[in-house]
Amino acid sequence: MRSHRHVQVGAFMAVAVAAQLLAVYSGKAFLLTQLTMSAYYTLAVIALSLLMGHAGQISLGHAGFFAVGGYTSAVLTTLDLSPRRNEEIVGVLARVGVLVERAELYGGQVLVVHPWVAFLCAVALSVTLAFAVGIPVMKLKGHYLAMATLGVGTIIFSVALGTTWLGAADGISGVPAFPLLRNLGVAGGASERVANYYVAFGLLALGMLLLLNLVQSRTGRALRAIHGAEDAASAMGIDVASLKLRTFVLSAALAAVAGVFLTHLNGGIGPSEASIMKSVKYVAIVAVGGMGSLWGTLGTSLALSFFSLRGWFGAFDDAVFGLILVAVMLFAPDGVLTLLPARAAASRSRRTRAAPAPEGDGGYELPVALAGQRPGEEGR
Amino acid sequence: MSELFFQYLMAGLTYGMIYAVVGIGFNIIYNATGVINFAQGEFAMLGGMIAVSLVGAVPLPVAIAGAVLATMAIGALIEIAFFRWLSGPSVLRMIVITIGLSILIREAALLVWGQQVRALPYFTGDEVASLSIGGARMSPQVLWTVGTCGAMVVLVTGFFRWTTAGKQMRACASNRVAASLCGLPTRNLVTLSFVLSAGMGALAGCVVSPITYTQYNVGTGLAIKGFTVAILGGLGSSLAAVAAGLVLGQLEAFSVSLLPSAYKDSVSIAVLLAILFVRPTGFFAARVAYRP
Amino acid sequence: MHMKTFRVLALAAAMIAAPRALAEEPIKIGALLAVSGPAAFLGAPEARTLQMLVDETNARGGIQGRKVQLVLKDTGASPEKAISFAKQLIEEEKVFAIIGPATSGETMAIKRLVEEGKTIMLSCAAAEVIVQPVAPHVFKTAQKDSHAAIKIFQQMREMKISRVGLLTSNTGFGKAGKEQIEKLAPDYGIRIVASEVYDKAATDLTAEVTKMKAAKVEAIVNWSIEPAQAIAIKNIRQLGLTIPVFQSHGFGNVEYAKAAGAAAEGVIFPAGRLHVADLLPKTNPQRAVLVAYRTGYESRFSEDASGFGGYAHDAFRILAAAIEQAGGPDRERVRAAIENMKGFVGASGVFNFSPADHNGLGLDAFELLTVKNGRFVPLSR
Repeated sequence: MRSHRHVQVGAFMAVAVAAQLLAVYSGKAFLLTQLTMSAYYTLAVIALSLLMGHAGQISLGHAGFFAVGGYTSAVLTTLDLSPRRNEEIVGVLARVGVLVERAELYGGQVLVVHPWVAFLCAVALSVTLAFAVGIPVMKLKGHYLAMATLGVGTIIFSVALGTTWLGAADGISGVPAFPLLRNLGVAGGASERVANYYVAFGLLALGMLLLLNLVQSRTGRALRAIHGAEDAASAMGIDVASLKLRTFVLSAALAAVAGVFLTHLNGGIGPSEASIMKSVKYVAIVAVGGMGSLWGTLGTSLALSFFSLRGWFGAFDDAVFGLILVAVMLFAPDGVLTLLPARAAASRSRRTRAAPAPEGDGGYELPVALAGQRPGEEGR
Repeated sequence: MSELFFQYLMAGLTYGMIYAVVGIGFNIIYNATGVINFAQGEFAMLGGMIAVSLVGAVPLPVAIAGAVLATMAIGALIEIAFFRWLSGPSVLRMIVITIGLSILIREAALLVWGQQVRALPYFTGDEVASLSIGGARMSPQVLWTVGTCGAMVVLVTGFFRWTTAGKQMRACASNRVAASLCGLPTRNLVTLSFVLSAGMGALAGCVVSPITYTQYNVGTGLAIKGFTVAILGGLGSSLAAVAAGLVLGQLEAFSVSLLPSAYKDSVSIAVLLAILFVRPTGFFAARVAYRP
Repeated sequence: MHMKTFRVLALAAAMIAAPRALAEEPIKIGALLAVSGPAAFLGAPEARTLQMLVDETNARGGIQGRKVQLVLKDTGASPEKAISFAKQLIEEEKVFAIIGPATSGETMAIKRLVEEGKTIMLSCAAAEVIVQPVAPHVFKTAQKDSHAAIKIFQQMREMKISRVGLLTSNTGFGKAGKEQIEKLAPDYGIRIVASEVYDKAATDLTAEVTKMKAAKVEAIVNWSIEPAQAIAIKNIRQLGLTIPVFQSHGFGNVEYAKAAGAAAEGVIFPAGRLHVADLLPKTNPQRAVLVAYRTGYESRFSEDASGFGGYAHDAFRILAAAIEQAGGPDRERVRAAIENMKGFVGASGVFNFSPADHNGLGLDAFELLTVKNGRFVPLSR
């Protein structure tokens, strides 16, 4: 499986193409809409899978970084600077091409940041935030880590909800298309459906390639070493703190990219994209797909996001994800694929061999007694 | 001017007591298993909702007692159905299970009770009754909350320090294998911890219901504040949770006098993050094993 | 909720399948409502109202002899779901028109795509930007927030109030109200001397009210929808403030008045006339419509009718009337029919549409109500 990642990604793209052709020729081209949206959510989720599955760091605030990316791009491409045209800095930026004019939806011209520049700013902001937050947060373990990431996600949500120029509860709408090539842009119109489908899946394929590359490299092995037994990894010379931080930042960056593109596809974004429930859904998907499996997570994410967006779960959307979370964690904590007999044996042996490091819990695991830690003392 | 200061103080007391009374419940399960039960807020919600359903038919104290008992039964069921038979689950797994459970309980509550807002009647007085203390006014229900909080702290601390079951629970948390080798019924003790935690949660939910109202989704917000307070105080100690609650409540109340109140919640989260980064064991926890 | 939709759909499907003299296709009407989730108090009564009206209409033979098929999607107040479902309704189901969404955020998220899809949309949300600038196919049936604010200010001027404290929640509804109140206050000689935005899930607002007390306000306006609106007035009275308290039309939901109990007495708020329908004079044109809606809703669903359900009621009735007027589900003709409809008596008021006004409700859509002995009564002058 290792060195065939290009073959795997190639196969994935082939499936995507087949799906698209099938959809169009069976007269159900509209399904591409939800598939495209799912692809962007999946990009964010596989990034989380890297963090949770490979580096073993739970994050209950991942949707926050997705939202940071989306909101930044939304604000920059809709904030009209033409009233300030006379200011020097505005003039300079306009000449350089950072600011562009475009037609507003209902007539009139606005002066806004160029979408590509907005994209760079969005990713940069997300990365900076991940760095700033990650340095202290990645030192935490177990439920302290969970709480901290929950806290970060909640603050991002509160800010999105409470700030007027971010649209407060209504969010930002009227976000323009994201231009890629001369005739190609990321937008939600029906005529651009097929093109956008390929943009989304192309981006997802690139993301997968990047992550597969990472996972199958030395860095990937180092990550798995950390996941398995942090102290041992550190003793072997792995810079644990730095690696965890970099993984956190990378996952935030990918989430931001997904956020930018989905925002332009939808033409807007709202605080619901930053909600804790969203983050929990991402965690549920990673759990189902298999903590260590990128392809498993990809498949699960595409499927579940698609069903959710098609409205298959009806009013029980949250309940379904809650149920999935509980069921998977109870019966198949290493992912649903382990329910297959061959895989089950493999995962059982992996679990006993790896002997998960004392993550500071009390009473539930033998190693705790050996490590001498007690409830109330972990996280240091 | 000092009257205003006192009023903010009273507001802070109200907030703090609401959070503390929910936070105490976290410590019980934590003390027995080392797990933070993210579904603790739902116990508070269930207590409030069940009590409201009963209060139409029976007097208020009976309704509350009934709600507490019912929620305790639910707590036991949850432990038996979901946790008892797990062997050596990791913290990650436990966290995720409790999060999933809190979602399921919430959705079930929506199905049973709908999205309407309900409230228990005020224990004494009504919606406009207020007492004047030092020029500041507050609802008598706040005093009920303070009293309940105090009673809970005494009960919980006494339980862990002086009763056999409590001491056994502490042993169980400290070293489960050794405890079971000594013949302690560790599995039943864990169930007992869930039962007690659920009962405390339900009681908390009942006493704050007239102030905050009860709705199917009130659990999430209460849980977040509750465990912020539990962690601030240092997981494991109820008295510390109360102290942390008082501090956090005051911080929130006085932050309104300075910042737009839209950011009031962010203040608590920011404090939580600061504590997690700087001193995760909390303000008040000493560096010994733990205290009940 | 879903089961009922299935039944309606199944019924409609059976109708289509059965051989009939006239093989008439049903008129498909889509509905995007937040039946579950944070805006359920809006979407749930609206969805039920639509269900009731569609069943009634079909029982009477439908519109122009054609049955109505309701395709309801629960968005959970999530804009991305609203977008996904809107595309489904327009491109797959090819609905004739869309009723909803229930919240402004969702409506704005889909405004452009609905317009591009040339599908008539009658939103039940309140934000002015929904119809300002006017998109030819987009209408709204909820009253203007600015009119609610004006009603409040007119009353304040009569009561000689000039220093006001403003409490709003951080929802779209609260934000819109805040904008209108701040914008219009100077016109009535009123100064907002204290203004606080609180989280919609707030459990106690004592600190915010203390700030109002400190600013020595002569009246407080609270503009929110969820339970916080009951919490706010309780805290105001508990703090010993006896000043007049005004609420927004979001208070027009008996459940919250009951929740606030004794604290709700004397609260003044603008509202549609639904709750005082039986107190209206027989000559009032809305009385018949309101009484019929209220009795129908309360007997079928065993719960109090709310003004929010009225938005969906009006949306459906306006659409049905326009289709009748246009002689059939012809998009352009129906759209023009709505746009030129005058004097339409609805639950929220009397509608007078025009190409520049896609809302059609004026100041008279509101009546100032107050709470007396736990009941809503008109405020006597």
